Amino acid sequence: MLPNTAITPSTLSVKDLPWQIAWSKEKCTLCGRCTTVCPVHAIELGVFRKRHVRVGLNLPAAPSNDFSLYYGIRQRTDPAYACIGCAMCNMICPNNAITPLKNDEADKLKYHIDRGGQPRRRGGRRNVRDGVLDRIKFIRISMLTDPALDAGRHEFEIRTLLGRVLPPEENIRLIREQGWIPPVREIYPLIIGSMSFGALSPTMWEGLQLGVAYLNEELHIPVRICTGEGGCPPRLLKSRFLKYVILQIASGYFGWDEIIHAIPHMKEDPCAIEIKYGQGAKPGDGGLLMWYKVNQLIAAIRGVPAGVNLPSPPTHQTQYSIEESVAKMIQSMSMAWGFRVPVYPKISATSTSLAVLNNLTRNPYAAGLAIDGEDGGTGAAYNVSMNHMGHPIAGNIRDCYLNLAKLGDQNEIPLFAGGGIGKNGNLAANAAALIMLGASGVQIGKYIMQAAAGCLGSEGDRCNICNIGLCPKGITSQDPRLYRRLDVDDVAQRVVDVYLSFDTELKKIIAPLGRSTSLPIGMSDALGIDDSAAAERLSIKYVV
Amino acid sequence: MCRLFAITSDEPLSPMVAIEALDVMREGHDGSGVGLFLRDLAGPFDNMKEAPILSGIFTDAGIKRLDDFMMELGFLTKFRMSIRVPKTPPPGIPKRDVYLIRAYDYPEEWEQLTNEEKHSRLMILRLELRKMGEEKGDMIVFSFWPDVIMIKEIGDPMKVARHLGLDRPDLMARVIMAQGRQNTNYAINLYACHPFFIEGYSTMTNGENTAFVPVKEYLMSRGFHGYIGYNSDSEVFTHILHYMKKRLGLGIETYKHIITPLQEDALEKHPNAAFLKHLKQSCRRLIIDGPNCVIGSLPDHGIFMVQDRKKLRPGVVGGRPGLFAFSSEVCGLDAVIPERDKSKDFQPMHLDTAIVGPDRQEVKICSQTQPLPLLH
Repeated sequence: MLPNTAITPSTLSVKDLPWQIAWSKEKCTLCGRCTTVCPVHAIELGVFRKRHVRVGLNLPAAPSNDFSLYYGIRQRTDPAYACIGCAMCNMICPNNAITPLKNDEADKLKYHIDRGGQPRRRGGRRNVRDGVLDRIKFIRISMLTDPALDAGRHEFEIRTLLGRVLPPEENIRLIREQGWIPPVREIYPLIIGSMSFGALSPTMWEGLQLGVAYLNEELHIPVRICTGEGGCPPRLLKSRFLKYVILQIASGYFGWDEIIHAIPHMKEDPCAIEIKYGQGAKPGDGGLLMWYKVNQLIAAIRGVPAGVNLPSPPTHQTQYSIEESVAKMIQSMSMAWGFRVPVYPKISATSTSLAVLNNLTRNPYAAGLAIDGEDGGTGAAYNVSMNHMGHPIAGNIRDCYLNLAKLGDQNEIPLFAGGGIGKNGNLAANAAALIMLGASGVQIGKYIMQAAAGCLGSEGDRCNICNIGLCPKGITSQDPRLYRRLDVDDVAQRVVDVYLSFDTELKKIIAPLGRSTSLPIGMSDALGIDDSAAAERLSIKYVV
Repeated sequence: MCRLFAITSDEPLSPMVAIEALDVMREGHDGSGVGLFLRDLAGPFDNMKEAPILSGIFTDAGIKRLDDFMMELGFLTKFRMSIRVPKTPPPGIPKRDVYLIRAYDYPEEWEQLTNEEKHSRLMILRLELRKMGEEKGDMIVFSFWPDVIMIKEIGDPMKVARHLGLDRPDLMARVIMAQGRQNTNYAINLYACHPFFIEGYSTMTNGENTAFVPVKEYLMSRGFHGYIGYNSDSEVFTHILHYMKKRLGLGIETYKHIITPLQEDALEKHPNAAFLKHLKQSCRRLIIDGPNCVIGSLPDHGIFMVQDRKKLRPGVVGGRPGLFAFSSEVCGLDAVIPERDKSKDFQPMHLDTAIVGPDRQEVKICSQTQPLPLLH
């Protein structure tokens, strides 16, 4: 704050901001790169006047003042330009002269970031670091009673099923009678969850698709990726790679005109159709693509005018009940592909998940249920939805699995868990814990953005500007100047690296448990946690 | 790891044959328990193939309760085999009042029932007796089935057999399975002791079943009252066999396709790929992960052995027409059938099911890569 500025209620000092820029005059070359790269213009060239007091040694000569100028970096304190901590300034600085530091106390910005009565909106995640998944340990280690497997040498079949699996009796009867058997896909249990073309930049999207195609075609790992609600480029719809793609339909139906028209031209069926009813990061709120990101290309694919906000309604407007949603929508999507493609809903984790699940068990066309927990990420949402709405995934998945096991349907409706898997970097451990709690597979979004494209977001409210199209890494931007920072092939290669290392880590977990021929879904006897309440809630062992 | 021995013979044999084989293999078990399964009985039971035989251990009070219960239902004792034991058992063997082997006549009102209905009711009665016994701790019931006797006890197999006096001319069978127990994970409970039995199907296993919990949960949710117990992780093998035969109507050659299905490439090449893929997917929760060797007895008097997919447990089949044995170790086989052609011994590997049919003429080997018989 400059000394001659008026103080208003929202006048903040640097100390009041969540991030403070530490800048070294000594190291700075004054190249100006940091001010150029800052996505939110939080720093600017500063001209500083400095007074030097000269006191002569010869009394009685009076002391005098010298004034000098120096140039440097000034951090802006206007809430609209508060530093987001992305640290691109540090990344680009040739001398490592500048870096943002997190405030050592709660910031005051949060009280002022609602100018014009508009509450804070952002991308990112819930910003809570710890979680129950990281505390779950794998305790049933085989040694002498059952010699452990060698993760590096034994054969493993790490596969899961996506689709409605009939009970064996029913399946055999239908084979005999040549009846319709629901389609089932055998896939890798780590799915790249729904992130739309639009939320992601073209380079990021293409990089992910390329990586997935490589994993399938060259490494024979059947990885699948979900499009999110933003349609799908026609070139992909009409290619043979569509079989690696799960098409998502959500309440805005963006892009579905294009998809429906492409059906006659499809060489392959898509892997599955995901109907999004809810998202873990912002349950009860619809998708949101803010106008910044709706350029000509996005507008064309989504079938909307450019430059407008695209908020999807919180619910599917054509339906008024769960029966409607489940029966009508699942059935009509199944019909669109001649009942050859699994169709499943995705909901946000909620205390009403069981009601949805029970409904699905009675619908022969429901191919599974994806549940997205509160730690899921999003490209854009209200801060309050992200921070305060939602349900943790672990308990929700466990309840649903145990409910299915009670009904005897645990093999029939696969559950897929999402939301915060690997949020502290422990991807394989979190995924394995959820699988042993009862998930058939897991979906990741933020993790793949961080690992495959270098997303700067963290659980400490860093960056989180995916919503305004200014992603400094070019991951969620539609501005060519930004998304050209991301190289498609590099992203693809990182996707492959992530999957290969995940595969090794997963084997390192399940091999000592003596498992290799089938995914240990529901193998809860292998799990323990050092919290008796959590252990009781999850029906796993309490270990200290 | 437990030791297993099974034998099928045209000529009735004493269970001591199997006990001796276990004794030869005693380095492999800790003598913490023994289980015996006898089928296709000879001696006095030869003439009562249809009569259900109740096997179990009872206290004196338990016997009274049993008699009242059976009387009430109209079951009449047809024949009882008395096992008299010395008042003080040898060290390591618990003191019991009565080891019961008793054949019954069906109640009159059961006469009209089909065999299937009778058998189903027998299982319900066995479960009821087990429940009664668990309430008061006065009955342990192993089997209640025509032409089947089961004996289980804690202690060294040879000592138990001598204590019970099993070396007697009226206790003979043509199919015998025996397990010498290595106590590991579970408290010694006779219901955790192999072989396990359900509606005519019996299996015993060595090794540990690492996929136990999901498999158990799946079986328990099949809505079949017989799928209970699970004091041992090996009981699921018997129930999977029962489920496959009775509920799915599939043959023994399919058993391995359920517990250890072929992997992707091999499955694609199989002549019955489409069917097996469906089977693998719909029975996914019954896939085991070993390490296990399973030996089982079928109602048609055939016996079989399978291994899990990769962590093979020792197991060998050998013999001559009319007499074949399945053993954890070759030394067990050598002790019982020394004069066989050893070059024809077979150790089933990860794809094999070794079966000796009711005719006891040969060891039939089914490989998982072979075509399956047609689905009827």
